[in-house]
Amino acid sequence: MKQFLSFVQKEFYHIFRDVRSMLILLAMPIIQIILFGFAITTEVRNVQVAVLDFSKDISTQQIIHRLQESEYFTVSEISHPDEIDRIFKKGQANLVLVFGNHFHDNLLHTGEASLQMIADASEPNQASTLVNYATSILGLYRQELMREYQMPFQIRPEVRMLYNPQMKSAYYFVPGVMGLILMLICAMMTSIAIVREKETGTMEVLLASPIRPLYIILAKMVPYFTLSIVNLITILLLAVFVLKVPIAGNLVLLALLSLLFIIVALSLGLLISNIVDTQVAAILVSGMGLMMPTMILSGMVFPIESMPPVLQGLSTVLPARWYIAAVKKLMVQGVDGVFVIKEFVLLAFMAAVLLAVSLRKFKIRLQ
Amino acid sequence: MNTGKTAIVVSKLNKRFGNIQALNDVSFEIERGELFGLIGPDGAGKTTLFRILTSLLLADSGSAVVDGLDVVNDYRELRKHIGYMPGRFSLYPDLTVEENLHFFATLFNTTIQENYRLVEPIYRQIEPFKNRRAGKLSGGMKQKLALSCALIHKPSVLFLDEPTTGVDPVSRKEFWEMLRLLKSEGITIVVSTPYMDEATRCDRIALVQHGKILSIETPEQIVRQFPKKLYRTEMRNQLQLLKELRENPAVESVFMFGEYLHVTFTDDTLAPYHSNPDRPSPVFTEIPPSIEDCFIHLMSKS
Repeated sequence: MKQFLSFVQKEFYHIFRDVRSMLILLAMPIIQIILFGFAITTEVRNVQVAVLDFSKDISTQQIIHRLQESEYFTVSEISHPDEIDRIFKKGQANLVLVFGNHFHDNLLHTGEASLQMIADASEPNQASTLVNYATSILGLYRQELMREYQMPFQIRPEVRMLYNPQMKSAYYFVPGVMGLILMLICAMMTSIAIVREKETGTMEVLLASPIRPLYIILAKMVPYFTLSIVNLITILLLAVFVLKVPIAGNLVLLALLSLLFIIVALSLGLLISNIVDTQVAAILVSGMGLMMPTMILSGMVFPIESMPPVLQGLSTVLPARWYIAAVKKLMVQGVDGVFVIKEFVLLAFMAAVLLAVSLRKFKIRLQ
Repeated sequence: MNTGKTAIVVSKLNKRFGNIQALNDVSFEIERGELFGLIGPDGAGKTTLFRILTSLLLADSGSAVVDGLDVVNDYRELRKHIGYMPGRFSLYPDLTVEENLHFFATLFNTTIQENYRLVEPIYRQIEPFKNRRAGKLSGGMKQKLALSCALIHKPSVLFLDEPTTGVDPVSRKEFWEMLRLLKSEGITIVVSTPYMDEATRCDRIALVQHGKILSIETPEQIVRQFPKKLYRTEMRNQLQLLKELRENPAVESVFMFGEYLHVTFTDDTLAPYHSNPDRPSPVFTEIPPSIEDCFIHLMSKS
């Protein structure tokens, strides 16, 4: 035990005495939060739209048909207002259209009809894009009607942004930055810390000593685990007090989820350190192999729904995708635990597999 | 633990990296308390041998027993009893001298106090700098710290891979004096070096080349086995002379040693040597062969 503690102490010395890693570890979360504060525009394709149609008349059918025809939307029907909340939380729709009673009659007789558009604004850019697309489809339909009947019509969309009424993009990128930062610190920094020992030759001395390889690994993980928790707290504090993103859901669940993700990322770092022999290679592999896919494919920058199927499939193996999705649900939408069971199970599975593989693969000898 | 007379038994070790035969059927025995030297050029296989003996590498075939423990099957126990100082400076440059020593002491489940007596003669010299980062030490001091760290758990066998490479001559001399001191403590020491002049300080030396051991003898014996009379002549920057000697059938071998040429003759006498009559004949002086002469002789023979 003394052996282990002394090893952990040594690891902390390494971190605290290296200005570069201190900068990466402590300044990175702040810089990223600020950088991603700039809006990111996104294009949407094949987004799930649910329609709650109380009229079921010719006009609503035509509008639904036109939505269905456009390349942006995939329409499904629901029959009860109670379902709206449920499908949002399950992520089965990003936009819900509600047509009131007598839509067609109102339109023809009073020249005016209204419908409600409810969007999931935990991804604000996507939500506003969706609303704009849907509105323009409605506008085209109105023009057709006016040409046909030679009289003015009004269709009033009444927009409601769910979960993020002020449409803050912070709501959207905070979970992404959390995923990215934890991945960066745990995976990249851990792999560098282990590979550095290989590169400088100290691993030779460590291996020729009686310390158990498991202790070497754990001692390397402890400091980064601790620092990740510090960063997690920093990000959450920044999010709540600077960006004014409230934590809508259960904080304990959010913390548990993050710990699970940290373990996944640490194991990935360990796995990388088993594969490569130089620090540069460790940076390249974790940079290209983890950071890039995490940024691009995890749904942090581009919505997963608008990716081609191949990339969508690829994104399912990324731990960050599930983490970010679950953080969005827990933090922004404030759902109950049952809605994130899938993410929890998937991350736990990944953690178990990665940890088992990397512990097994850790070399007790050189080469 | 083994209390027999032999500390290390190596038999028929083979190790291949790609198409390079790093070790070729290497066998030898080292006695307890012996200061054993491995002498050979870079790439001779010395480091590979060290790594196999310290359980860091697996040999392709053959076996090695260190301190009564098999390097493959008993590696966990073995790692408690050996001290190893790799060729490259392998301490933590961002930790201070004292922190390094403390870390290695706890790594081996001991404390600085417990074995201070053993490292004292060495550590005392760097103790004034104990709060300095190891990376800021001079080459000689780094080696002393590394040796202290390798010794702090009182190993029964100490492996030193080129400990004096890149170290100034004064520190090198001090370093070897310390090894003598450790030997008197009963520690078996295996040390490699590319410097031939250091070989004479070992009890026995093994000359290694291309993964093969050319000979294992005491330094005196190796010198005694040099089969010819050796002559020296000043070169005076005349490459012409070197060329001439090389072409002369009476000359068996000629090698450059700084400003001198070391020459042996086929008939072991100067008589058949006739230099160019137009030029004054070079002056040959008979000298006793050095380890380096012996090594070059063995190398050219093999």
